Amino acid sequence: MKISEQEVENIAHLARLEIDDQSKQSICEQLSSILDYMDKLAHVDVTGVKPASGAAFMHNVLREDVPHPAPGPDVTLANAPQKDADYYLVPRVVT
Amino acid sequence: MDLHELTLAEASRLLGKKKISSRELTRAFLERIDTHDKTFNCFISVDKSDAMAQARVADKQIASENQTVLTGIPMALKDLLCTRGMRTTCGSKILDNFVPRYDASVVAKLKAAHGVIIGKTNLDEFAMGSSTENSAYFPTKNPWHTDYVPGGSSGGSAAAVAAQFCCAALGTDTGGSIRQPASHCGVVGLKPTYGRVSRFGLVSYASSLDQIGPIARTVEDAALVLNLIAGHDPKDSTCASQEVPDFTAGLAAFDKEGLKGMTVGIPKEYLGMEGIDPDVLTVFENAAKVLKDLGAEIVEASLPHTPYVVAAYYVIAPCEASSNLARFDGVRYGFRAKEAHDLMDMYKQTKSKGFGSEVQRRIIIGTYALSAGYYDAYYAKASQVRALIMEDFSKAFETCDILLSPVAPTPAFCIGEKTHDPLTMYLTDIFTLSANMAGVPGLSVPGGFSAKGLPIGIQMMANRFDELSLIRAGYGLEKSLVLDRRFPAL
Repeated sequence: MKISEQEVENIAHLARLEIDDQSKQSICEQLSSILDYMDKLAHVDVTGVKPASGAAFMHNVLREDVPHPAPGPDVTLANAPQKDADYYLVPRVVT
Repeated sequence: MDLHELTLAEASRLLGKKKISSRELTRAFLERIDTHDKTFNCFISVDKSDAMAQARVADKQIASENQTVLTGIPMALKDLLCTRGMRTTCGSKILDNFVPRYDASVVAKLKAAHGVIIGKTNLDEFAMGSSTENSAYFPTKNPWHTDYVPGGSSGGSAAAVAAQFCCAALGTDTGGSIRQPASHCGVVGLKPTYGRVSRFGLVSYASSLDQIGPIARTVEDAALVLNLIAGHDPKDSTCASQEVPDFTAGLAAFDKEGLKGMTVGIPKEYLGMEGIDPDVLTVFENAAKVLKDLGAEIVEASLPHTPYVVAAYYVIAPCEASSNLARFDGVRYGFRAKEAHDLMDMYKQTKSKGFGSEVQRRIIIGTYALSAGYYDAYYAKASQVRALIMEDFSKAFETCDILLSPVAPTPAFCIGEKTHDPLTMYLTDIFTLSANMAGVPGLSVPGGFSAKGLPIGIQMMANRFDELSLIRAGYGLEKSLVLDRRFPAL
């Protein structure tokens, strides 16, 4: 399957990535060849097969709802690139 | 014998008898790292004074007869495992300055046992790769020959064990990332059953496939490390409450009755495949013969969906990755692009500058496969194929205790040989991906050498939670194969 540059741009936007014009072409080609390979999957007969989302035991894991102390802002914000008092600081959202 | 040559089990015995101290042992490894790691680049971080401080505490524990098997043992950790107060980069620029405020559960267990963390090892960025060339820092070189890759993604851990920079290491395995570098570096790698070891504090790549496990010099050492890290953890809801045996019982079982009563299956789909190196086949056939001589019955097995494993895996893993890696958005931790003019621009610039090309490629594949209109054709379909792959294994383990195969189709390849074509790199994972898809344990044991002198490993897979069979058969193979050398001369 051939992926167009426009499609790559749309997917990149969904993933919040920015792809420069130089690498767009090579990403299109790589993605097309990878997806071509994935098309193998179309040949498998999966009629009536339930999808497996994982290899874990498929039962619900419950625990008592016991409150624990929160680590607090000093710990939570320790790795923040930018902060203001007890808040994360981000660029302007509403313009 | 020099201290760095001791296996974990030997070092532990000598520490217990107070013939050596953890400080001496730790210093010996640190000096070796100092002299030789500039050649191999196994480590991203080594904190010498912290390691020596841990060794001092361990020696006090030993002096007061308060030790466990791992007390005072220098271990290396893949830099994907969170270590409180110690930088954890995941091999990525996006986490270059990330200092976790908590320990991964396996790290907490190691610290509680007073093991010594000697350093954090290099990896393909976020564990995405098969050669450690995708590290944002530097490629690691194979200690057997510096023109070759050590394998990946736990290439730093495997190379550090092979170079005798630590007694053992922890790696993680999402599609072979413990077993394949262990094979390429001539050491032992064990991927436990999915759910055997807590993933809490392991930075997620593909959560339904990721598993932490030991990379060690011997099967016994791997069993000893697994004894420490296995077991239920309320912090990981996929971590099984299954009882944890003493894994060294596998060694005792072999010593008592060899491999009598064990059935070893060779999947017919594996050996008919194109592109398997003749040296790999020779080593593999020899291993099968050795197992037979030890009393195992060798039979033909079948995993009919093998031709679809790579395609299904490289849909599912990137889908999970695209979701897991969305969290690195420059808001709460890690790198943030500076010049952004609004929030959306900040997200985009942060991710595009922070992630390397293979990570971006997998995020794009995953986002595509999960997007409206393609979900059914890719993710849903791959999940159904995964169910069929799991069924293949269930059927095979009705008659077999072990499935035997090569670990990789070729010995280690040259640095730069496969970087231009991602698909070629993906195809080298054919023998290891299935164990993750099915959640079964897999072991890589050194089996021999190629004509060029590069190590070649043998893979064994067993039914879920049957690591004991792997350890028994792996130990038998290790004991019976007489290899010229076990470790490279640096």
